[in-house]
This record gives sequence, C-alpha cells and structure tokens, in this order.
Amino acid sequence: MKKTTDDIIFDTAKVFMLVFLIIVTLYPFLNILAISFNDAMDSIRGGVNIWPRKFSLMNYEKIFSNPNIGHAAIISVLRTVIAVITQVFCTAMVAYTISRKEFVLRKFITLLYVITMYIDGGLIPTYFLMRSLHLVNSFHIYWVPGLVAAFNLLVIRTYINGLSESFIESAKLEGASDFTIFLKVIMPLCLPVLATVALFVAVWQWNFWFDTFIYNSSNIKLSTLQYELMKKIQSANAAVSGSSASSAFAEAGGMSGSRVTPTSLRAAMTVVVSLPIIAVYPFLQKYFVTGLAIGGVKG
Amino acid sequence: MALPFVIHLIIFRYIPIVGWVMAFQDYKPARGLFAQKWVGFEQFRILFSDLAFYRILRNTLAMAAIKLVLGTVFSILVAVLVNETRSKFARRSVQTISYLPHFVSWVVAANIFLNVLSPDSGILNNILMAFGIIKEPVLWLGVPEYFWHIIGWSHVWKECGFGAIIYLSAMTAIDPQIYEAADIDGARRLQRIRYITLPGIKATFIILLIMNIGHLLDAGFEQQYLLQNGLVQDYSEVFTIYIMKYGLKMMRYSYAAAAGIFKSVVSIILIFSANRLAARLGEETLV
Repeated sequence: MKKTTDDIIFDTAKVFMLVFLIIVTLYPFLNILAISFNDAMDSIRGGVNIWPRKFSLMNYEKIFSNPNIGHAAIISVLRTVIAVITQVFCTAMVAYTISRKEFVLRKFITLLYVITMYIDGGLIPTYFLMRSLHLVNSFHIYWVPGLVAAFNLLVIRTYINGLSESFIESAKLEGASDFTIFLKVIMPLCLPVLATVALFVAVWQWNFWFDTFIYNSSNIKLSTLQYELMKKIQSANAAVSGSSASSAFAEAGGMSGSRVTPTSLRAAMTVVVSLPIIAVYPFLQKYFVTGLAIGGVKG
Repeated sequence: MALPFVIHLIIFRYIPIVGWVMAFQDYKPARGLFAQKWVGFEQFRILFSDLAFYRILRNTLAMAAIKLVLGTVFSILVAVLVNETRSKFARRSVQTISYLPHFVSWVVAANIFLNVLSPDSGILNNILMAFGIIKEPVLWLGVPEYFWHIIGWSHVWKECGFGAIIYLSAMTAIDPQIYEAADIDGARRLQRIRYITLPGIKATFIILLIMNIGHLLDAGFEQQYLLQNGLVQDYSEVFTIYIMKYGLKMMRYSYAAAAGIFKSVVSIILIFSANRLAARLGEETLV
C-alpha cells in the first residue's frame, strides 16, 4: 500500500501527538527527580529541567537522617505486607465458600457484600465505630476493617467458578475436609488470580493516606510515608495562601544552615514514595487489565 | 468458614449505616447512640438553608462533570492514537508510559502539580513566559477561577492513559474486514476513524457515560483536598471536605452525618437509575 500525502500528514500529526503525550507524562517525574538530586540552594534559582545542575545527595541525607521518616517507611511496608497477606487469604476463603453450589446461604452472603459496593455508612458514623472498637490510634486500622473487599471477592469467585469441579470432588472422595480442600486444592489453582488481587491490595495500601489522616494523625509512630509527604504538601499549600506563612517560614527557618528547602525535600520524598510503584507497575499492568476485565462481569 | 467474615462484614459495613440515626439527633459522644436527644429533621433543615451547602453542591457537580467530559474525550483520543499505531513496540511503549500516573498516589501527583504550577520555577510559567503569552509568573493555584481547570486537567494527566484501555479493547473488537472494505472504497484515514472506529465504540461510550453519571456527586476528594488552599476554598470544597470540616473539626457530628446521608442517598438513587438505564440500553444495542 503506497502512502498518499494524506497519510503522511495524518501520520505526522499522530506521531506529534503521541510524543507530546509521552513528554507531558514523563517530564514532571524527571523534573522532580532532577530537583531531588540537585543542590537545594541552587534549585532556588530555577531552571533545573531533567538533569541536576549541581549534583547533591543532601536532600536524601536529610530525609533518611530523620527518624520519623525512617519509621514511617517501616509502617508503610508493614501495612502493605500484612494487609496483602491477610486480605488475600481471607478473601479467597470467603470466595471459595460462596462459590460452593451446595451452600444454601451463598446468594444471600454474596448480596450482603455486593450492597457494600454501593452503600457505606459515611465518614462520621464510621469514625465513631472505629473509636468504640479502639481502632483509633492503632496500627490495626490499616488492615482489620478492609479484610474482605467486595470487588476482590467477586474477582476471585469468578475465577473459582471457572475451575473444574472434578478437582474438588476427587479430593472429597479421599476424605479431605473443606478447609484442607481450600488450602491444598483451591489456593494453588487460584495462584494467578490471587497474584492479581495481591497486586491490587499492595498498590492501594502503599498509596492510601486517608486512614492515617483521619484515625492516626496524632500518633507519629503510626504515620506512613504517604502521610508524611501529604503533610509537606499541606504546609506548601498554606504557604500559597499565606494564611500560615509563618509556619512555612518556621519550617524553612528550622533548616537554615542545613542547605535544604521544603521544595527540595518534597522532591526527594516524592521520589522515595513513588519509586516502589514505578519499579513494579510495568510488570503489573497486564494483571490490572485482566482484573478490570474480570471485574466487568461482576454479579 | 464464612461465618466470622460475615460478622466482620456486619460490624464494619452495616453498623455504620445504623449510625445514620445520628443525623436525626443532637449527638454527644459521651452518651450511647440511643440515649441521645432526638431532633427529627432539624439537621437537614439547617443543612438545606446553609448557603455553603449549595456552594459545595455546585462545586461537586461542576468538578465531576468537568472531569467526566475531559476524561472521556482524552481517553478516546489516546485510544484512537494508539489504535492507529501499527508498530507493536510503539504501542506497548506509549501504553506503559501513559499508565504510569494512574498508579502513583494523588499525594505524589499533587506534589508534581505543585511543581509544574509553581510561580518560582514551574514549567508552565516558564513556557508561557518564553512565548510571551504572560509577562510575569502566575500563582495558578491561588486564583479561584483556575481551580476547576486545574482539577480537570490534572485528572486528564493522571487518568487518560488508563481510561483508554477500555475504549482500546472495544476498538480491537471491530471487524478488520470493515476497514479493508473502506480501504478499497478509498476512505481516508480520518474518514476511517469518523465512520468506523468511533461508531464501533459507541455502545461502550454510552454505557460508561451512563455509569459515570451515577457518580456525579463523587467528584473525588483527595485531588481537591491536596491542591486547595485558603485562597480558592470557595471553589475547591466538595462534600467530603465539608463533612470533615463540620464533623471532625467543628464537632457538629449530627450535622455532618446529615450531609453525609444526603450525599449517600442521592448517589444511590443516581447509581441505580443509571444502572437500570444502562441495562435497558445494553439490551437494545445487543439486538
């Protein structure tokens, strides 16, 4: 097929737009990366693009020498790991139960979960519930309330429904209990979908800060990396409106002589917080896309 | 095996719904939920007579609509561009890069926008000044009129690549023979898009549009909360921010709960009507 002028114009416009898309997406990340590795005092002059002008590790040294940030990193990792393990295991268990045709309540229990996808109690009643359960100012708020999420449940159940019944029947004939069947037969067979859900949960947990903000903000020992970065954004926003410019100055002032600025520290924190996601997401995308497809056939 | 989890579900997801009765009381945390003073619909009466409530409603609807329209248009644009690209490598690269912002948190994205929009050395001010469009740097985040723009375009930046997935899969389902027939008839590239690709995703477009209308009272919260400041709050406050402000800061628990119930109830009505409409249209488009 030979190219007409029409084709050439079209292809040029297309390539131009795609390149524009790529630049607009990547430039802000590269810019933050460059600022994080640039000397903070030099960055104030402006004009740092995608490569550090005056290379410095000062911003990172400053972050990692702050014990609160180190502790927040540990909490971030812990909440992610614990939530992934508990949620995947528990969700799979419920999914197996509601996939059993002989279980009379399976429709009712499925409905109870599906309803929660549409209706929730809202912020204030939920807050008082967590308080009366002593989950405020507690690490457990990070993994207990969300143990089984309806969406993940439906994703795993759909997968189990697609498995052959003969595996389960032959295990039953050999006298295996339901729980043994779940552990020894269902879990291994479900490995692909469990990996998908584990990735959903991990990205969500790593990125989430709202629970820390609402329930655990008064306890620095329970803070996470996302929340520490969020606090830095808040002081930057306060500086924009000037409403508490003094606190922003105090923040900068407390650092005088240490040759870092709030902007540079924010850049370095942003890199630290997003690095794990950026490192793994290219490998996750195919799982997310399948997850999206399975989620589409819910109900 | 499921029993402990059903109890867990009832405690964490259904008991808060029982907590809705707070909205009909003058809730004081020291007493139990059913030992409170009952005030009937008083909280709702105050809510509906509060001018701030209508401002919140306006902001929420406006930002949700802006995000819906811009998000849809740009997702389809990205999908068309990728669909028109033959090279497998180029397709994969563009897709992988365009998903990136979807996976980082809004905290990271907000930080990125603080940088891009910064009056000191932000790239937007630099470019506009280099082209002589503006004379001096603008404090973009401090101008109320720009806030909805910032919300809309930051949403496009973060989600248009990921949103393109579903349109792209609808496009790959179009029969290649239709394109071949169009080539024989001498259709131009833009005509192929206009008369084959876009009609091919019409069903997906309509279903997604209807589903999203069900979420019109859900303009997001993180985005507004992280990008707002005192100068723009008349345009930035949405329901969740309002509820947090009244409930957790000013400790008017019952009032905040009433605002939460208003949002939940209207959302449920919208979502269910949207689902029914989508189901009806879905049947028609299948026939």
